Amino acid sequence: MKEKTLTNSRYHNRIEFSSFFEKYGMLVVLGVLFLACSLISSVFLRPSNLFNITRQVSVIGIISIGMTFVILTGGIDLSVGSVYAFATLVITGLKHLGAVPAAVIALVISMVWGLLAGILVTKGRLQPFIATLGLMTGVVGFGLTFSRGQPILGAPEGLKFIGQGTLFGIVPFQSILFIITAAAAHIILNRTRLGRHVYAVGGNEEGSRLSGISVDNVKITVYVVSSFLAGFAGVITANHMNFGEANIGSGMELDAIAAVAVGGTTLGGGSGGAAGTVIGVLIIGVLNNLLNLINVPGYTQKIVKGVIIIAAVLLQSVQENRKK
Amino acid sequence: MNDEYILDMKKITKTFPGVKALSDVSFACRYGEIHALLGENGAGKSTLIKVLSAAFQPDSGEIYFKGKLFAHQNPISAQQAGIGVIYQEFNLVPYLSIAENIFLGNEPVTKAGLVDRKKMDSAAEEILKGLGLNLNVRTSAHKLSVAEQQMIEIAKTLSLNAELIVMDEPTATLSDHEIEFLFSTILRLKQQGKTIIYISHRLEEIFRVCDRVSVLKDGKYIGSKDVSDIDKEILIHMMVGRTLSDYFPVNKAKRGDKVLEVKNLTRKGVFKNISFDVYEGEILGLSGLVGAGRTEVVRAVFGADPFDSGEILMYGKPLKIRKPINAIRNSIGFATEDRKQQGLVLGLSVKKNITLTVLEHIRKYFLLQMKKEKALVNYFIKTLKIAAKDQDVLVRTLSGGNQQKVVLAKWLAHDSKVLILDEPTRGIDVGAKTEIYNLMRELTKKGKAIVMISSELLEVIGISDRIIVMNQGRFTGELSAENATEEAVMKFAIGGVE
Ligand SMILES: Nc1ncnc2c1ncn2[C@@H]1O[C@H](COP(=O)(O)OP(=O)(O)OP(=O)(O)O)[C@@H](O)[C@H]1O
Ligand SMILES: [Mg+2]
Repeated sequence: MKEKTLTNSRYHNRIEFSSFFEKYGMLVVLGVLFLACSLISSVFLRPSNLFNITRQVSVIGIISIGMTFVILTGGIDLSVGSVYAFATLVITGLKHLGAVPAAVIALVISMVWGLLAGILVTKGRLQPFIATLGLMTGVVGFGLTFSRGQPILGAPEGLKFIGQGTLFGIVPFQSILFIITAAAAHIILNRTRLGRHVYAVGGNEEGSRLSGISVDNVKITVYVVSSFLAGFAGVITANHMNFGEANIGSGMELDAIAAVAVGGTTLGGGSGGAAGTVIGVLIIGVLNNLLNLINVPGYTQKIVKGVIIIAAVLLQSVQENRKK
Repeated sequence: MNDEYILDMKKITKTFPGVKALSDVSFACRYGEIHALLGENGAGKSTLIKVLSAAFQPDSGEIYFKGKLFAHQNPISAQQAGIGVIYQEFNLVPYLSIAENIFLGNEPVTKAGLVDRKKMDSAAEEILKGLGLNLNVRTSAHKLSVAEQQMIEIAKTLSLNAELIVMDEPTATLSDHEIEFLFSTILRLKQQGKTIIYISHRLEEIFRVCDRVSVLKDGKYIGSKDVSDIDKEILIHMMVGRTLSDYFPVNKAKRGDKVLEVKNLTRKGVFKNISFDVYEGEILGLSGLVGAGRTEVVRAVFGADPFDSGEILMYGKPLKIRKPINAIRNSIGFATEDRKQQGLVLGLSVKKNITLTVLEHIRKYFLLQMKKEKALVNYFIKTLKIAAKDQDVLVRTLSGGNQQKVVLAKWLAHDSKVLILDEPTRGIDVGAKTEIYNLMRELTKKGKAIVMISSELLEVIGISDRIIVMNQGRFTGELSAENATEEAVMKFAIGGVE
């Protein structure tokens, strides 16, 4: 009896600032940024502006969610921008088949790209960076060939609402899709066997294998998820912009990686999650919006964004080190 | 200050989020003694050492070293001030030579500012000679055995003129004759006037080499004694707060059907023609010196490594095992000896590690049932007395012994018919060891079969119903529990064939 109380007394439940910050650090950053924005710009808090932000972040947000899966396993997917762009071409190029068939084909082809990346990484033993770098270039090439180097104008009628529509006349449909994607990802990562396996593989590959996890299957799955979501984002964009273009996704892989990193998922794999990525996406999105509202020139915007990305990740690594 | 003590740590307190690892611990060490630091898993031993070596900063308290206040901000300056620590995980750079490793970060340089290789090699040779070692200092570190690597770590501290050398569980990964060599080295160091702090869970060792012992419990200092004044029982009482009567459970289970049979298993250059079988209700001990190929054999049985020829049968039916998952599906579990690389995902919580092999059983449709999972994990935390604040703390933050318990829990949870345990009690304290032995017996009573590898001879003899012995990849003998004496096992282990 006495022994028991002794043991329990060692564990005090005082929530310390450091552990609070560790868990909610980036949320605090987002909050502060939000507050600062509302003070700096009078336009910022207007509902129209806020929903504008959520619409602007939706497409990159969906791609970042997919990227989160890959990074959690310790991989990286540089091909998402190309896969995204290719999907815009497929749905616009095949509009004669009707909106839904064209969209379905676009998604299936996207998953095939992911399958290819996954097989190259697992069976081909290629570094994810190299495998997806090759795919990134190759898919754009396919896209340019398919579209003869020209944008393809006009998305099929029937699905335009997913890119252009709103709910209650103000909530962008894109944003709803982003929220659904993020919520589904969160549930998959935290509440399913696949999710646990994703973290385990990223944390300790050999240990996972010895626990009976099929490491190759997990890895292939995350690349398929990532490409599927990139393709899904492409379908949204094609319906939003009403055209497809082979190079439209260039640079998006880096934006997605930045959002994932700012959201607290470590690039080595094994820790982080979808909720963090949503916050990362929002931090970058709110910042973009502010810089536009106060008319910061484009070049300067890039500098500011670069600094913020580094600062956010630096903040997390300082925390990591202090824990030791 | 009192000049009898080389080290005087006063009222050290160290907290981690939610855990008070050390509270008001005072610990002193005399010049030239070998001082054992003991305590249960999670008592705070490693933490105290990390505070001493400045790997951690204490919340409060003071350290006096050779009578002077010792306040260092980082391990490097603490090392230079004369404190050398040999952690359980070595920090050698695999592709550097012995000499380069010994002088890493401290290389002698020529006038031109280049590394003076000649001087470095001869200085390294000098140090190794002082340790009674005869190794080529140009050999690269990855070619050394565990025991040799440990010696290089000791040499490293000597190159920095350490006066106080701390060893955290140095014998956990050594074979018996390597342990003998370590002891002679320790005594040699003592003769040279060094002071040594020695941490171990193997109490026999304390009586062999140590002069004094201090005990920690739940982060608090319990007391210090001269080793000559106490015996094992007193020591255990100080550590666990009660006496342990039966060390090994005696009532054995009834032997049932033959479960697993391994026939002529061969992996070229590693092991040859290994055959054994295990029955329901039986604990089969796999003995031999470190490097005899025991781990390699069970890894092959589990599908972790390939094998060239041979057969594995379960209830007489041949199994196709090419990957661990095949073995697991056939109800074979395997708790590895190396917890950090193979046993655990350090960045995941206690809960997620324990249930990693049983996610299938706790899901309904696609979703994992959190309540069921929590209850399962709670059961193991209680039975194995895993000292963790809650289920969600990262395994990384647990003490060594508690991490080992998580590895065991993970495979106990899986509830397989055959359980292979490789060094299951490595780094585990006396009290918890008994707990684990009891648990193993419980399992056999439920008809499970256990294959256990252990380098602790007394443990193999104490718990096994039958023992098979290997030497250099070959089977050398089999002993029943009645005939198993230390001499008999050793005779086979060093290569004597029936
Ligand atoms: N980095 C850390 N973060 C949080 N808690 C920690 C950390 N390191 C140690 N602890 C906690 O401090 C306590 C003491 O741990 P310590 O490693 O000192 O135990 P120990 O006496 O060395 O045990 P063992 O015999 O199992 O090695 C444990 O409850 C452990 O969980
Ligand atoms: Mg320890």
